[in-house]
Amino acid sequence: MASTSPVDASAAVSLRGVTKHYGAVHAVDGVDLDIVRGEIFGLIGHNGAGKSTLFKMMLGLEATTAGSIVLGGAPVRGRGFRAARRHIGYLPENVVLYDNLSGLETLHFFARLKHAALDQCPGLLERVGLAHAGKRPVREYSKGMRQRLGFAQALLGTPQVLFLDEPTNGLDPQAIRDFYATLRTLQTSGVTVVITSHILAELQERVDRLAIMANGRIQALGSVQALREQTHMPLIFDLVLDAGDFAPIAQALLAATGEAAEAVPGGLRLACPRARKMAVLAALTPFGGRVHDLALREPSLEDVFFGFSD
Amino acid sequence: MELTQIFTIAAKEFRDRMRNRWVLAVALVFTVFSLVIAYFGGAQQGAVGFRSIEVTIASLVSLVIYLIPLIALLLGFDAIVGERERGSLDLLLALPITRLELLLGKYLGLAAALTLSTLAGFGLVALLLYQRLSWAGLYHYGGFMASSVLLGLAFLSMAVLLSVVARERTRASGLAIALWFFFVLVFDLVLLGVLVSTGGQFGGEALAWLLLLNPADVFRILNVFSLDDVRTLYGLASIVPASLGSQALLSGVMLVWIVVPLLVARWRFR
Repeated sequence: MASTSPVDASAAVSLRGVTKHYGAVHAVDGVDLDIVRGEIFGLIGHNGAGKSTLFKMMLGLEATTAGSIVLGGAPVRGRGFRAARRHIGYLPENVVLYDNLSGLETLHFFARLKHAALDQCPGLLERVGLAHAGKRPVREYSKGMRQRLGFAQALLGTPQVLFLDEPTNGLDPQAIRDFYATLRTLQTSGVTVVITSHILAELQERVDRLAIMANGRIQALGSVQALREQTHMPLIFDLVLDAGDFAPIAQALLAATGEAAEAVPGGLRLACPRARKMAVLAALTPFGGRVHDLALREPSLEDVFFGFSD
Repeated sequence: MELTQIFTIAAKEFRDRMRNRWVLAVALVFTVFSLVIAYFGGAQQGAVGFRSIEVTIASLVSLVIYLIPLIALLLGFDAIVGERERGSLDLLLALPITRLELLLGKYLGLAAALTLSTLAGFGLVALLLYQRLSWAGLYHYGGFMASSVLLGLAFLSMAVLLSVVARERTRASGLAIALWFFFVLVFDLVLLGVLVSTGGQFGGEALAWLLLLNPADVFRILNVFSLDDVRTLYGLASIVPASLGSQALLSGVMLVWIVVPLLVARWRFR
């Protein structure tokens, strides 16, 4: 499917009508996408949805069957793309680095290939918390340490766009927190991050926008909040109430929202459209003395994902 | 094409083999086998000890034909497919390096390791036998070492081609063993079988030229024709026409065996 809109040269990555067919299999089918400079962009989907193929095409590792991709102003796989690669950082999923090299030697090896300064390698090891292990051979590294070394490798040079495929595999909670803190720091200096992860709860609060892929196409695109609104999924109110009769409160909520509240131990649970949120609060005002606590739950990214992909 | 990229890949491959003592181990194998052959090669005739460089080279040719192709194939069979299975191939190709540079870097690094181990292994033997060799003997032994290097590079070239073509490492290793069987064991048997079964009627001299289709045979002829004594010692010498014994022709054929598989690998590695 050919796209008629022109490529956005100001975008960090711009795709138009990008298609990849393997025989009868349509791995990616007519994808149009602009990833804005300096944003953290999530790409999510079931296994086989086409996100890995799309990733590889954006990196120039796979040729497109049709369509065009421009990265950092250079057409991917075009004449000037070799120079553009110096400003791309890439961390593949489950990468196995070289066991015989030490952490520092690994960074030196990739730095030479990327024409990056060797003297930045010790600093990068420190940045990912591996300064103490820089001289140890990679075969002695744990899975988490290897992943951090892979991340340091992606940061070599002056990357303008980072492609990170399941980057937090094997990381402990503190390392995951540090990892996203590093991404935020990079973002403030204008680095664009494209990230895939199956851990949706992790992405939920950390990406600026995301695309949900299914069957080789982008099914939804926008911020997490915008996608929540597109799905029309209800907000969930959990009310902890004073002991007694809940019926008057349930009736008031029904009148205000048209939705029946469900009795749960210690209170009520109400699922109602986002547009009725303030009406719920207004309906509760006369019962203020009986409401001990109120928790408002947005649909999670996982809810949104299944809303679009199923 | 950027030479620095090729050199970076080659240096890493070479250092890997130095660090895991692959070069040392192979060199020691060559040295030990060569010394054993040099001193005990005549034991079947009831004599022990170094006899002549001609006899020693004739014995070493048989050793090298079995050993070097096997070592070269085992060294190179996973050069590309191994990176692919580890997931590091995509990482390398996402860097500013072309597939040709990666392929050449891999080949040159492995070739340097194989060449060093071959020269060190056989060179040590030359040092140990130095006082017993004439200048002419040393010259011929040097030719034997050079042709051994060429043989290794030819089979390494085929191994790298396998590593590009095979989708899995296990399949590449199976293909490497099959290739070794074919060139080292089966090819000559088939040619001799055809010759004998037709009573020499089929092919005639043309059949001998088919030996050029096997780098192991090219190596054998190169060394068989280097010395008169060796030529008489070797059975094959009787069926190989003199025109086939040109050193320039045989060296050229060996270079073709090095370059052509690499060109095919380049073509397939897209």
